[in-house]
This record gives sequence, structure tokens and C-alpha cells, in this order.
Amino acid sequence: MEKTLQLIRYQLGKGKWNIVFGLSRPTKDRLARRIMGLLTLSTGILLLVMILVLFARSWPILAIKPLEELLFSTTWQPLQGAFGFYPFIMGTLWVTMIAMIIAAPPSLLTAIYLAEYASSRTREIVKPLIDLLAGIPSVVYGIWGVLTVVPFVQDVIAPFLGHWFGFIPLFQVNNPTGYSILAGGIVLAVMVFPVIIAVSEEVIQAVPQGLREASLALGATRWQTIKHVVLRYSLPGVMAAIVLGFSRAFGETMAVLMVVGNVPQVPHSIFDAAYPLPALIANNYGEMMSIPLYDAALMGASLILLLVVLLFNLISRLILMRLVRFE
Amino acid sequence: MNRHKIEELIFKGLMMASTMFVLGSLVLILGTVIWRGLPALNLAMLTQTPKGGYYMGKEGGILNAIVGSLYLAGGATALSLVISLPIALYLQIYAPRTRQSEVARLVLDVLWGIPSIVYGAFGFTLMLWLGIRASLLGGIIALTLLELPIMVRGMDEAIALVPNALKEASLALGATCLETAFKVVVKQTAPALLTAVLLAFGRGIGDAASVLFTAGYTDRLPDSILSPVASLPLAIFFQLGTPFPAVQDRAYASALVLTIIILILSLTSRWLTGRLTTNIVR
Amino acid sequence: MVQPHMQFRQLNIWYSSRQALKNVTAEIPARGITAIIGPSGCGKTTLLKSLNRLLEETDGIRVEGEVLLGGENIYDPSVDVTKIRTRVGLLASKPFPLPMSIFDNVAYGPRIHGQYSGSLSEVVERNLKTAGLWEEVYDRLGTPAARLSTGQQQRLCLARALAVEPEVLLCDEPTSALDPISAQRIEIQLKAIKEKMTIVVVTHLLRQAHRLADHVIFLWLGELVESGPANQVFNSPRDERTRAYLSGDIG
Repeated sequence: MEKTLQLIRYQLGKGKWNIVFGLSRPTKDRLARRIMGLLTLSTGILLLVMILVLFARSWPILAIKPLEELLFSTTWQPLQGAFGFYPFIMGTLWVTMIAMIIAAPPSLLTAIYLAEYASSRTREIVKPLIDLLAGIPSVVYGIWGVLTVVPFVQDVIAPFLGHWFGFIPLFQVNNPTGYSILAGGIVLAVMVFPVIIAVSEEVIQAVPQGLREASLALGATRWQTIKHVVLRYSLPGVMAAIVLGFSRAFGETMAVLMVVGNVPQVPHSIFDAAYPLPALIANNYGEMMSIPLYDAALMGASLILLLVVLLFNLISRLILMRLVRFE
Repeated sequence: MNRHKIEELIFKGLMMASTMFVLGSLVLILGTVIWRGLPALNLAMLTQTPKGGYYMGKEGGILNAIVGSLYLAGGATALSLVISLPIALYLQIYAPRTRQSEVARLVLDVLWGIPSIVYGAFGFTLMLWLGIRASLLGGIIALTLLELPIMVRGMDEAIALVPNALKEASLALGATCLETAFKVVVKQTAPALLTAVLLAFGRGIGDAASVLFTAGYTDRLPDSILSPVASLPLAIFFQLGTPFPAVQDRAYASALVLTIIILILSLTSRWLTGRLTTNIVR
Repeated sequence: MVQPHMQFRQLNIWYSSRQALKNVTAEIPARGITAIIGPSGCGKTTLLKSLNRLLEETDGIRVEGEVLLGGENIYDPSVDVTKIRTRVGLLASKPFPLPMSIFDNVAYGPRIHGQYSGSLSEVVERNLKTAGLWEEVYDRLGTPAARLSTGQQQRLCLARALAVEPEVLLCDEPTSALDPISAQRIEIQLKAIKEKMTIVVVTHLLRQAHRLADHVIFLWLGELVESGPANQVFNSPRDERTRAYLSGDIG
């Protein structure tokens, strides 16, 4: 034993690393293949472990509370042991839906423009800028939201819509500040622009050129070709792009947290404050260890986020993979 | 002029307006951060740690956060690199176009989509089990999980651009897959691989939600891998949360610092991509 | 002499900096089949696609010279390109069924232009019959066109092109993606309609050119070498290069 160790030290000392590098080339290759394969496999294991760990950590509360109470109760009073996620789930859904309604149309139009109309020079200028938009950290989005979007909602949009359309519950203004679902939705919309644009542009680019030519050769205009052929062909991929954008918005934390008001209530108007799930987790991590079941509840919230995002991602990625493979 | 032409013109106008709108929002964000951040930015902010009463408007700077963020993102990027490169090479060289690699890519894409707050929560749980408190190490672990899929997919796509003929030529000369991977493919794609690394670094340095639970926060510079560490995104968040306008101004300045770092990373990777096209054999 | 249906006049075409066609002047007579032949890479498809201005879909293309359709230059800035493409149809080398049903594929052109004689289903039936596909699909017109076999798809594309009632039909190696039996069916349909319209076929198969062509245009490295009636070009070529190509010595 002692001698073996000495031998190893000797060889290491000589800088030869013979234990590993003295192996024959094919053996090294096989060893590398094994190690690299295991690393690849570990990514899948990581995903499973994450689900299992979050499930195990939220088990204390899942075991004693019925699922419908957790999902549909509106009472959130951790000190009394009442954990109803409904206001938070609704907060997340409202903010995300508003974001998608704002983001999807301009993103798709931009993607079509870049893929079908823009010259290659325009594309070369615009695409890096959109990539840059994707790279801006979420706190910076949050700062922008606080400085620009919140005042804009408070001073311009809320008075205007409230005055003319206030009779519609959706546009009722009961919240004097701009920290609202709409502010969160606007900030999130800008954050998902690059996701939807990049993916749908790629999908539209992947439409076979021959298909466009077939339509054009029949005397169709470019727009007719896009409307009847290109978009119809790429529709599944475009939907997948929107779903990807949705799941990106669904889990976004800091930027939303900074502008959405964080009031645990079920919202009724786009000017109401809300408290999305990710904000709930982020805001309460400090105190969660001191209240019974609180940490299980927050881990449960993480689990909900994970599962929803996982599902949406899986669906859209499968669609996109199929499209690319057919191409 | 007929109806079809008018319809096309309207939609083309809408498309251009949308593109302008999207680019305009970028300009608006950068403009806001520069306009509000620049006046509050000074040398002391970049070179000092917070002194007593900093969060009430007294002296000091955010050096702790800048250094902390570089440590966190640097550590996580280094760790991800060690794991990502073998995975990307495996996907492209040992198992190209197999069901196995398709599934692996799907998993990685799904991992990419997982919200950072979930990585934070998961990392926090791991730390509890390992008995680590909020620290540089904890932050690095959470950020590594976040950066890993980004880096692997970036490298994967970079390596996919290497012509098959080149790989086959290397194999035909009797090189093993391993030698082909490191001596031919990695050399050929080095700038693009570096771009993937920078992209992941940028994601890491800008992320707040995953380090919130795991890295902690401190006014001091970290002295060990097990001590808590500040980060720029959280510095921005906390300073903005104070009721003092002077401190909030510093949040804007900090946001500007973070934005500048992101811009530098983005420009560098553009430059590297430019070099890629001149170096690679096609 | 009868006026030719289409004419190339001093046509020069560049892809970025590479010149694909050099000073081509030639005529395409009305009715019958004109075959454009020559070795691969000589500009056959480029010449064909200049006839309906589909070339413009390629980045970095530059066209100089004129292409006349019934005496009118189709590259004139005042010309509406969709009108040209309505008059000059295309059958591509690979079938590209549009992502819709068989019926909608054939009805696509007429619907877009909003004009057709009789009802839409009559138009679809008539053209599917002309293309020789009706018997195989009349009971499943609503199924997606992508489910047809490749040979059927190509005949569907033929029916789709004919449905807009073009004067000229361009065929870019129309059988190159097909098995011999499907290829033969396409050739039969083309011969059947050549009395009614002008057909231009690009082919690299000399035997196909022999079978189909009434007129021949021979291209060599972007230049027009020889053109004329098929029996004259095939039996007594004037140019040495044509003779060499036809006998298999070059190309």
C-alpha cells in the first residue's frame, strides 16, 4: 500500500501523470467516452433530482393539506398555518397573460419582417441588438420598470383607461400607484420579445424555399405567400415560440417583483397590484425557516413553478425538434 | 392599386413599426439606466466597500458587490466550463445524431428554461443537506446549475458548424474520437466556444434570484469560499429598496455598472464571432 | 414568320460577382416544347427562372438585358411581377405541395387571383384530369397534399400550375426527383398539353430532350451556343461544341 502510494507520488512528481496518460490511445478514448457519457447522463439525472428534492421538501405540507385547499384557497396566513396559493397563482397568470398579449403581436411581426422582408444587412444589425435585449439582467429591467413603466402606468395609462373604460371591471382603477399587473406585464413583455422573436424567426427561416417559390410562381404576392403558405407551414413552431415565451415569463422573478406591488390578493383589474409565485418565494426566503410548514409551502411554490415551466418547455421543444428534423 | 397591395403595405408598415418598437424598448432601457445612473456614478462607488451608514446615504461604494459578482460568476463559469465542454463534445463527436443526443438536447433545453428562482430554491436545499451556509460556494453551485445548459447548448451549436468532412478526415488519419475532439474540433471552434462561455458568464453575473438564497450578502469582501458574498444584482435590489433617494440613485449607478459589464461581454462575443468566420475551415 | 412567344435579348445575369449567363439572345416559339439543355452548372435553371422573374428571390442577383413576353419586357420597372407569374407558370424540380388539402392546392392560384371560369370544384376537377391525377384522388380531395406519393405530388403541382391558366409553363428538370414510371407519366401529360401552350423544359437528360423537344436551346458555361428546331440541332448541329456534347464527348 505504502509502496503503491510512493510510486504514484513519484510519477506525479516527475510530471508524467503516467497513471492516466500512460494508457494506450484506444483505452484513453474508451475511458473518455465513458466519462463524457456519464456527464451527459448526469444532466438528465439533475432534472429528476430537482423534481424529487423539491417534492420531498414540500411533502410536509402536501401530506397534511388537501391539494384543492392549497391550490384554490385564498387565505394566506402562514402564522395560522393557512397556505392558500390561489392569489399567487392568479397573480402569476394575470401578469403572464398580460405580458403575452402585449408581447406576441409585435414579436411575431418583427420575426416575419426579419425572416421575409429585411435585407441581410438589416438583419445583421437588428439581430445582435435583439440578442442584447435578451442579455440584459432582470434587475436592470426592474430598474427600468420602476423608473419608466410604473410612472407611465400611474400618470398616463391608468387615468386614460380608467376615465374612458373604467366601467369595464378589467380597467377599473382602485390602486393609486403604478405598481400593478399592467406594469409587470409591460416589463415582462419586453423581456420575452427576444425569446419569441428569435425562436419564431428561426422557425420561419426553416420553411423550405421551394414552398415560397411555388406560391410566388403562381402569381401570389409576397404577403399572400406569407399569410397562406409560410405562416400556415410554420404555425406549430410559432405557437411553440409563444409557449416558450410564456414559460419564460411565468418564472421570471426579480423584474416582476420590483414593479408588481406584491399584495396577496386575487386581482380583478389590470391596475390592481398582484403577488406572483416567484415573488412570494423571493421575498420570504429569510423568514421561512422560523415558521412551521412555511419552508415546505415555499418549496411547494417552487415545485409548481418547476412543473408548469417543465411541461410548457417540453411541449414546445418537442414541436420545434420535429420541425427542425423535417427540414 | 388593388386590395392585396394595400393589405401588404399595411402589414409591412406594421412589421417595420413592430421592429422599431422592439428596438426602441432597448434604447429606452439603456437610455433610462444611463440617464439616471451616470450622474450618481463616481470613482468612490467603484473602489470602496460600503462604510457605516452607507445604506442611509453615507460614504462608501459597491466594490463588495462588483468583486463578489466577479467571483460568483467567474467560479460558476469555470465550473460549468469543466462540465460543459465534455458534454458538448460527447453530443457532437461520440453520439452525433443519435436518439441519445436528441434526448440530452431536449433535457438541456428544458433545463435552460427553468426559472432561476427554482435553481435558487434547489441550491438552497442542497446547501442545507451539505451543511453549508449562504456563501460564495453556495452561490457558485446555484449559478453553475443555471449556466450549465446555456453553455452546453452554445458549445453544441458551435461544434455543429464544424464540417463533418473535417471530423472524418481526422478519424480517417487514425486519430481516436478523443484526439479528434480536443486536437481538431476544439481548436477549430475555440472562438465560438469562448462566445458560449461569455454568454453563460453574462447570464451568471446578471442573475439575482438564484443567488438570493445561496450567496447571502455582506458589506465586506469575501475572504473564503465559505463566507457570504455580495453581488451586483442584489446590491441594486437592496439599494433600491431603501427609502433614501441618495441610496436609490446609487442603485441606478450600480445598474449602469452591471449594464456596462453586459455590454462589454456582448461586444466581445460579437468580435469573437467575427474572428470565427476568418479562422474556421469551411 | 410568327412572332416568338418569349425572347431573351442580350441577357446577362450575375450572382454577386460571378456571371452565370453571358449575353444570351434566343427565342422561345409559341406552342410546343422548348428544351434547354447543357451540362450541369451552365446556367439552364438560371435562364429558366429569368422567364418568370423568380430569380429575384435569390440574394445578390443582378439582371441586365431584356426578356420579352409577347413583345413586352418583363423586367420593365412598370411591370407587375405577379401578373407575369400568372401568365408564366412553373413546375419545379421537386414537388412542393402547399401545406393544405389536395383541393386547396389546385384552388390556391384561382382563389388568389379571384377569377376562374365555372365553379371552383369544376376548375379543380378539370385541372386534376389534365394532370392525370383525378382518378387517383377524386374521393379524397380533402386530405393533406403531403400524404400523396412523390410522383402524385408532382402531378398535383402540374395541376396547380395549370389552374391559373398560364400561357407558358416552365419546367425545371420536372422528373429529376421521380421514379421512372412517375417520370413517364409527367412526360405524357406534358406532351398532351403542348398543343395548347408554350412549354419550356430544362433537362440534363439528353434522351428526355430527344423524346420531348420541338425546339432546343443549348447552353455551355453560361453562353448560348446554339438554338433551333429539335431535329436540326440534334441531327445537324452547326457548332462543334453542340456536336461534342450530343455525342457524349464533353459535359
